[in-house]
Amino acid sequence: MRSLKAEPRYLQQAGQRRVTIRSRSNGGRRDPAPSRLAFRLQRLWLTPFVRAFTRIGVPVFVVTLALGLWLGDEGRRADAMAKLEDIKLSIQNRPEFRVSTLTVEGASPEVEQAVRAMLPVQLPASRFAIDLVAYHDTIARLDAVKDVSLIVRTGGALDIKVTEREPVILWRTPSGIEMLDEIGHRTASLTRRDARPDLPLIAGEGADAAVPEALQILAAAKPILPRARGLVRMGERRWDLVLDRDQRILLPEENPVQAVERVLALDAAEDLLNRDFTRLDMRNADRPTIRLSAPALAQYQAISAGALNSVKVSQ
Amino acid sequence: MTDLYQAQRAMRNMRKAALQRGVVALLDIGSSKIACLVLRFDNDDAVREAEGIGSLAGQSSFRVIGAATTRSRGVRFGEIDAMAETERAIRTAVQAAQKMANTRVDHVIACFSGAVPRSYGLAGEVEVMGAQVGEQDLARVLASCDMPDIGQGREVLHAHPVNFALDHRSGLSDPRGHVGARLAVDMHLLTVDAAAVHNLIYCIRRCDLELAGIASSAYVSGMSSLVEDEQELGSACIDMGGGATAVSIFMKKHMIFADAVRMGGDHVTRDIAAGLQVPMATAERIKTFHGGVVATGMDDREMIELAGNSGDWEKDRRRVSRAELIGIMRPRVEEILEEVRALLDVAGFDHLPSQQIVLTGGASQIPGLDGLAARILGQNVRLGRPLRVQGLPQAATGSGFSSVVGLALFAAHPQDEWWDFEVPAEKLGGRSFRRALRWFRDNW
Repeated sequence: MRSLKAEPRYLQQAGQRRVTIRSRSNGGRRDPAPSRLAFRLQRLWLTPFVRAFTRIGVPVFVVTLALGLWLGDEGRRADAMAKLEDIKLSIQNRPEFRVSTLTVEGASPEVEQAVRAMLPVQLPASRFAIDLVAYHDTIARLDAVKDVSLIVRTGGALDIKVTEREPVILWRTPSGIEMLDEIGHRTASLTRRDARPDLPLIAGEGADAAVPEALQILAAAKPILPRARGLVRMGERRWDLVLDRDQRILLPEENPVQAVERVLALDAAEDLLNRDFTRLDMRNADRPTIRLSAPALAQYQAISAGALNSVKVSQ
Repeated sequence: MTDLYQAQRAMRNMRKAALQRGVVALLDIGSSKIACLVLRFDNDDAVREAEGIGSLAGQSSFRVIGAATTRSRGVRFGEIDAMAETERAIRTAVQAAQKMANTRVDHVIACFSGAVPRSYGLAGEVEVMGAQVGEQDLARVLASCDMPDIGQGREVLHAHPVNFALDHRSGLSDPRGHVGARLAVDMHLLTVDAAAVHNLIYCIRRCDLELAGIASSAYVSGMSSLVEDEQELGSACIDMGGGATAVSIFMKKHMIFADAVRMGGDHVTRDIAAGLQVPMATAERIKTFHGGVVATGMDDREMIELAGNSGDWEKDRRRVSRAELIGIMRPRVEEILEEVRALLDVAGFDHLPSQQIVLTGGASQIPGLDGLAARILGQNVRLGRPLRVQGLPQAATGSGFSSVVGLALFAAHPQDEWWDFEVPAEKLGGRSFRRALRWFRDNW
């Protein structure tokens, strides 16, 4: 008896594959209509607010969140900073930025040595390692240096141009002798007066503050300079011109130069300075006064007494 | 009646809201295709509003920014037949148009040609209350029109006041402010099957869209394919669609009659499919490429290959002459035109001063149709294409798109309908306070 199921008409041979032809259900064409969900999603996407939020808001939020999470860890932050520092250093240490030579111009050997010693780093060094402003300030703080300019030239040369202060006067202080320039700024110390016999000497407390005035007085007193031993600042307000033979000219607080000129005029007229006195007081311009020395005074009194007697005799 | 009044007012408000928002979609639900346009309105026409109609009758204020067409499914005779299928087709069209417009559309104005439209002429007459005709007089005269028996399960789709007459003067388009005693109105009422409208509303709701207006496609295609003097002097627009042929008669820029023949291009296709024993798709293709209604001697020699894949070589290799094809098509086209002729006769079209007939719609593209229509309908026949509006793609300028373009005009500058006028004070009933307020406003 045959079964109800028909026998397969074509038996499957070895090496053959069974292929099922499936007809597509709805006329063979895909339904072009969007599903309700797709339709709604597209409408949502076309809503301007949603669009703006998705295209700007969400990326910004995600990036901020990721950065925040990543940087929230202390160690990671330090690592990142270290890496950044490494990169910075590797760029700074490139040969293009290397400074290898240092030339100092216009400085005396002592100053040049000091300038070289003040350089904070060992050459060769990176240009970024030298704080030029601080270095400039350090050099300018030297007493002997009036002005300084620093230039880093291509090829790794650091040029320092120094203008030194010129000493014009000596200032004797209790601790020693200082050399001052024309505005009274200290340039260097001196152990012996003999080292600079060409410079005039001043003394007294606060004398350095009035150096310009002292220079004017000295210029005015040029004819008597061979006799002058120096100027002494008195009470930080006026000058005494000290001469040899223990003589002093007391100059006024105001217009000392005119007082000196007057002294010179008196000297020319009456040979004043060769007289035997200890003090010539010019402080009162109306009434110059002199103090005679003790022998001169005695002699003066003897002379004036003799004259009195002769007058009496003649009477 | 008031229910519909409220519904129409609600839709009008929705339309205003859509214009305020600036984007509105237009949907032509046809039997053979569903077309969707997305309009963008520029809202800077506050000045133009004050002057009345904007330049180019308001057409310059909008621009088409999205257009899409899809094969219609589930629509027969211009009515929704299978809801789910139609909904999917609407979704396809709207999605494509939205994608082209690159914006989201929430408001839709739709038109359809079927649902057995029926026209009624209404007349109302009322004494003018004051010396001049005011808004309230208009409301009263519109309310005084006696409602015809439109039948069970039908709804009013359009209600245009076509003509106002004041005493012995007729043909007034706007009687407000005129001095007179008796005000009369002629109104054109278009009713359709309520079920079709409700189906349409339901379908559009299912697509998450708001319905901002419904129009009859006979009306809107007349608005877009008739030129101004044709609308003024009297003409008929015959929109030959896939499943229904809509007829509308315009006079003095108002639609005075509309009806539809429940036959269209799909029936021609079906005849070809039946006559030549080919699938509908092939028949449609043959109709589009080789169709015609006037046979010449040349057509006997022009053979058309009927390709098929039935597996039967003899069947797949058949050839027919173009004359045979025309022989199949012509009787059906003639039948449609005869029906249209009957409709026009009923409407009294031959009494109009000008009897221009404009053929439009997708099925009007059959070569030689104007000649055939001239024999049946009258001498003044021309083929109409929709008006050109800004931004309309070239693909949507064919005569098949006249109703959707008309919808654009309808959206930009709608004619006043009954529900755009004020509600008569008597109908307001218990709102005596508002009546008192109105009295104060009118009298002080």
